[in-house]
Amino acid sequence: MTDEPLLRVRGLTKHFPVRQGLRATGLVRAVDGLDFDVRPGETLGLVGESGCGKTTTGRMLVRLLEPTSGSIEFDGRDITHAGRRELRPLRQELQIIFQDPYASLNPRHTVGRIVAMPLQVNGIKPPGGIKARVQELLELVGLNPEHYNRYPHEFSGGQRQRIGIARALALRPKLIVADEPVSALDVSIQAQVVNLLRNLQRELGLAFVFIAHDLAVIRHFSQRVAVMYLGRIVEIGDRADIYERPQHPYTRALLSAIPDVTQLGPAGRIRLTGDVPTPLDPPSGCRFRTRCWKAQDICATEEPALVPRDGGRQATACHFPEVAAPIFEEVPS
Amino acid sequence: MSLSPVEGVALAEIESDPDATMPAAKGVVGRSPGQLAWMRLRRDRTAVVSGVLLVFFLLLGLAAPLIEMAYGIGPREQFQNLLDGFGMPLGYAGGVTGDHWFGLEPNLGRDIFIRLIYGLRTSLFIAFAAALITATIGVVLGALAGYLGGWLDAVINWITDLTLAMPFLIIALALTPTITLRFYGERGQVSSAFGVGVLIAVFAIFGWTSTARLVRGQVIALREREFVEAARASGAGLGHMLFRQLLPNIWAPILVSFSLAVPQFITSEAALSFIGVGLSDETPSFGRMIYDSLDFLQTDPAYVFFPGITIFALVFAFNLFGDALRDALDPKSSR
Amino acid sequence: MDSSEPSPSGDPDDRPAVPAQRSDQDAYLRVHDLRVRFDTEDGVVRAVDGVSFAVERGRTLGIVGESGSGKSVTSLAILGLHDPKRTTITGEISVGGRQVVGLPDEEVRRLRGRDMAMIFQDPLSALHPYYTVGRQIAEAYRVHHPKANRREARQRAVDMLDRVGIPQPARRFDQYPHEFSGGMRQRAMIAMSLVNDPALLIADEPTTALDVTVQAQILDLLADLQAEFHSAIILITHDLGVVGQVADDVLVMYGGRAVERGSVEQVLRAPQHPYTWGLLSSVPSLHGDADADLLPIPGNPPSLINLPPGCAFHPRCRYADRAGSRSRTEVPELRAAGADGHLVACHLSAEERAAFYAEDVASVGVAR
Repeated sequence: MTDEPLLRVRGLTKHFPVRQGLRATGLVRAVDGLDFDVRPGETLGLVGESGCGKTTTGRMLVRLLEPTSGSIEFDGRDITHAGRRELRPLRQELQIIFQDPYASLNPRHTVGRIVAMPLQVNGIKPPGGIKARVQELLELVGLNPEHYNRYPHEFSGGQRQRIGIARALALRPKLIVADEPVSALDVSIQAQVVNLLRNLQRELGLAFVFIAHDLAVIRHFSQRVAVMYLGRIVEIGDRADIYERPQHPYTRALLSAIPDVTQLGPAGRIRLTGDVPTPLDPPSGCRFRTRCWKAQDICATEEPALVPRDGGRQATACHFPEVAAPIFEEVPS
Repeated sequence: MSLSPVEGVALAEIESDPDATMPAAKGVVGRSPGQLAWMRLRRDRTAVVSGVLLVFFLLLGLAAPLIEMAYGIGPREQFQNLLDGFGMPLGYAGGVTGDHWFGLEPNLGRDIFIRLIYGLRTSLFIAFAAALITATIGVVLGALAGYLGGWLDAVINWITDLTLAMPFLIIALALTPTITLRFYGERGQVSSAFGVGVLIAVFAIFGWTSTARLVRGQVIALREREFVEAARASGAGLGHMLFRQLLPNIWAPILVSFSLAVPQFITSEAALSFIGVGLSDETPSFGRMIYDSLDFLQTDPAYVFFPGITIFALVFAFNLFGDALRDALDPKSSR
Repeated sequence: MDSSEPSPSGDPDDRPAVPAQRSDQDAYLRVHDLRVRFDTEDGVVRAVDGVSFAVERGRTLGIVGESGSGKSVTSLAILGLHDPKRTTITGEISVGGRQVVGLPDEEVRRLRGRDMAMIFQDPLSALHPYYTVGRQIAEAYRVHHPKANRREARQRAVDMLDRVGIPQPARRFDQYPHEFSGGMRQRAMIAMSLVNDPALLIADEPTTALDVTVQAQILDLLADLQAEFHSAIILITHDLGVVGQVADDVLVMYGGRAVERGSVEQVLRAPQHPYTWGLLSSVPSLHGDADADLLPIPGNPPSLINLPPGCAFHPRCRYADRAGSRSRTEVPELRAAGADGHLVACHLSAEERAAFYAEDVASVGVAR
């Protein structure tokens, strides 16, 4: 594995204008200056609550959305504003898996046609023919290749998600953006799909950007984790750093809010008050300050930079990071 | 969640379709949404009866020259010898005999049956051609407007509104004679093909708006669906997006609107011919026949009866079939 | 929680295997042998097939299951919200000593809201978009307090909004649902369901649509309110973590039947049914080896129209063969398993279950 990143994102920003009639009345700062790298074969988990911009980020990475500013470099090439023709060779290496297994498959197409779509769109004729390749893919994701001619409505949610995964794999991509791939599935099915994705990653050496709101799922899938809040990354680091030595108060709050089966009864949790503010009018300075128990005057005036600690790979955007205290001994305030 | 328990259960059913690894005991292998609709259509008795009637009418229209041969009488042949001194057909019920099944026209003495068959042919041709053209224009404009959005959408919407604002009847009344005059002059003999062409053109200009609006709405609803995004993420072009991904999902409403547009054009043709801006007397058509027959409402009611009942049956069958088709294609919306 | 505390059990008459702990007479809600069937075009859906449980005031029962397990249908049956034309309900549901099954619509409606209330997963669809939040809460109050005038109802609604932690309740009273954030909407929904002091609260996936940090707030709120109003709560969820946090007792449902029932300690710490094991070991955890594969349950949830014969779980059960052909032919009864009041519906013997659990689950799964 080289140290050269497969995906390099710098200052990535997406602002949606809010219109009333013809006049723009405001800006939704959905994503506001992201920096991160993904190395080949590595998984970066993007985690955050609703409105943090994680889904918008995923759509920009596969260029379903046009970034407002910043840059996306894939495999050394700048694809930030590349047109459809320029993107064509890259499409094969950059694919997406969607959240909703019901909306993500064309109900009028057979499974064979759905999985073959990326091949056909790109005019690729695999050796042995398209059908053989599709059946190989179906087998790879644990479906019966004989079901080539069936329609999506004949499959269960978990099976449909496998079909979506087979489609994403059809072009042999190097990087897959997985946008909440298991959150719409039943608990017992989630684990099947998580395991499938992990096996595929190991066998095919895929890199993933794994987007989820569930820190526990992210933990089982990602080597690196970026925690987002209101369009910003507040903390990024290796899995062990984030889960065992989180420095940002928000990361700590998120971790302690997750109900864990291994702990019965109300645990000593950090309780955040209120909801996530609207990205239409984010708080000044540190965006988390309105819900942070450590906030002081400087937090309202000065935006903390995402700075690495101890020269390591863990970076935290906080004026008062928790450097010493390990998690789960925290006294909630 | 919704309050309706049945919805939740329906969802559970979908989610718990037979396990892929289990033998396909229920025999649901590869049944497409189209096949399911076909099955529902065949179970619907109204659909079957009206469908059979439609096929019968279509065959009659298509086979008009053959029927003429078998019947032995042409649409323009006159049987003056079978009329009395006032030009009224001899015998009962407008001159119904073994030779002339539906009797004869007063004055000209032409055979009503064979003129009806040819009238059916003309009306169906005009209606189908107009419906096809309007559907094509509507689908293309609607899909482009819906999918691309932006200024193109605004322009197409504006044209749609403009078209809807124009009074169809007045324009047709004003336009048709003007065009005819322009091409044939005061005394020229207007060819029947020209009359038919003008009618189809008038219908095409005014008829596409509803399909365009329908398709636009459907495409906008589908545009944000994830399977459309998946195709975009794979680098699919505009053609693939519109014709491979989106259109197969909106065939159902298009088909229904098509099947309901045909009878509408049949009656419109009849109406235009009736008020005298449609087809000339040369071309047999329903509207023209009814128009001509009205003078004899008192003296020869059979002349009104036959074309009247045929056009009624045809339009009724089309509408019934269109509704049945809607039910079959989208069982949830109707009941 | 004190594990010697007797957990509720169904009426013991046709289930001699179930030791009667204490008479359920004092339980506020008693459900006995509930069966709910829907007639659909494709056949009869047995959404709930012989489920029994009881909830006392001040306690929380968590009902756990996947989609199609019948957990939501059960709660709707208790509230009498099923369309009687398409639904057949048999069995007994007693709320505060009154039979609900077979009661005329009018009387069920009188119970609903006053004696029992429901919190839905999606408050946006449960609140009417064209009326202010406060007005809807006040209306809900006046339905059951016809003597209350407008001002009293308004005061009551503002108090409730304040009680569920909505800041500036008097101002919020006049706002519309779309002006509330997701968490605030769920709070308003809770305020509305509590406005008549119902003794029984049914919460169907109340936090599934919410962010984790907001979920924590709502769960805290529910616990506080329960302590204050001493209400019986049924919490329906697919999330075992949520159950572990707030429930006193747990009912695990699969294919419309109860497969395991007991206190939260018993079910989550010493689970007896292979399906419960599967649920526990397939949930990703924040502890243990993150690189170990999860242990999913193979296959898919069953169709309620075409339920597998015998034990509905047997096609997905790793141990089905150990029970012989019985697993395919005989529906297992819910019977006592080990500790007091812990019930399980499984053909395996207690020794077999203990052995399998120790070997396959406890070592790799739950204790990860």
